[in-house]
Amino acid sequence: MSQTILIEEVFQSLEHVMDPEIPVLSVVDLGMITGVDIEGEGVRIRMIPTFAACPAVSYIQQNIRKTVEQELGIAVTVEIDKEAHWHSNRMTDAAKEKLKNFGIAPPQVIEGEMRAEIMLETPCPHCGSEQTYLRSPFGSTLCRAIHYCRSCGQVFEQFKPLE
Amino acid sequence: MNNAALTDLIIKMADDELIQGHRNSEWTGLGPVMEEDIAFSSMAQDKIGHAWALYRILHENLGGQDPDRFAFIRKEKAFKCSHLVEMPNGSYDFSLMRHFLFDHAETVRYESLRESSFEPFQQLSRKFKGELKYHTLHANAFIMQLSQANEESYARMQSALNDTIALAAGIFEPSAEYEEELMAAGVYPGEAALYHRWLDRIYPVLVKASLNLPEMSTVTPVFGGRKGFHTAYLEPLLKEMGEVFNLDTEANW
Repeated sequence: MSQTILIEEVFQSLEHVMDPEIPVLSVVDLGMITGVDIEGEGVRIRMIPTFAACPAVSYIQQNIRKTVEQELGIAVTVEIDKEAHWHSNRMTDAAKEKLKNFGIAPPQVIEGEMRAEIMLETPCPHCGSEQTYLRSPFGSTLCRAIHYCRSCGQVFEQFKPLE
Repeated sequence: MNNAALTDLIIKMADDELIQGHRNSEWTGLGPVMEEDIAFSSMAQDKIGHAWALYRILHENLGGQDPDRFAFIRKEKAFKCSHLVEMPNGSYDFSLMRHFLFDHAETVRYESLRESSFEPFQQLSRKFKGELKYHTLHANAFIMQLSQANEESYARMQSALNDTIALAAGIFEPSAEYEEELMAAGVYPGEAALYHRWLDRIYPVLVKASLNLPEMSTVTPVFGGRKGFHTAYLEPLLKEMGEVFNLDTEANW
């Protein structure tokens, strides 16, 4: 088996590892994987948590190892990548679409320095209206903020933009 | 670079994060409105995460103890947190003002570490920057809203500022032993520089909120915490914080 195919297979397998807090997004969708290397008989996967204090990191690490080991039958080590840091622009467009369909507004694209104003008028994931306001920059998990939609009268969550 | 100097600086930063994080967590279930309950709980989680990252640097790069043991088994005297973070939450206005002053101080500190000659600091700086933005965004928004709501809330915010400013200035207590060395080695710009950058950050927000920053030349910063001299509030806090861990310090979690 050539090495390039194997790396691709690892990524395919990683797409089956879902975020425990947002079960429609995989670790690949979220941009949490920073490297896959074939080493001898096994594979070394490097990953980064979204927020520094994310309580699910070791749980996700374990899920990655178990899933890839089971699906590909190879030894897997999963390391936290200390060189890279997560920012919300790492999330793929497809992931943002999935997030919206799940009822959570996706993060805006950050260009340059992140400013607080970016969070105003976040489109409502339910009705699409931009008549919304930020109710709190903190939500049910570290990565979410709470907004209110004036058009449909619903409170909704957003995956926060993070630089 | 001398490891003792770096270790001293990291312990101060980490202990501030841990104790402030613990104080924030005391609002869980008690916040004045649900969003504030969630906000202080989330910030608690961030702060304790930051403390953990710093204790890990001590452990992995500087030959220090395991982070959990270091956080929970140390004697009160070995803690180097500032008095500001030790103070009980008191009323919401005090907690909010402390959060505002503390998080802007953190922001200028971690921004300065972007250029640190100590590489693990550069990575932390990048990682914490985006998270801290949400903390200051929250603090600024509530300082503004409460200062402009009515006479009572304005008066309470002003007196909270008067009560916390000397404590907050105490964050910037320099080390008699290591300050020069850390600055010369390019680890960080030093407490005096950070203090001035902090004042430049908080001043415009206070002006917008029509709050009067006391004349800083008349304010005596509350020092001592960095040398291990603490208020009477730290000891009971440590006891409570380590209560479960100390039931069995060898347990596997």
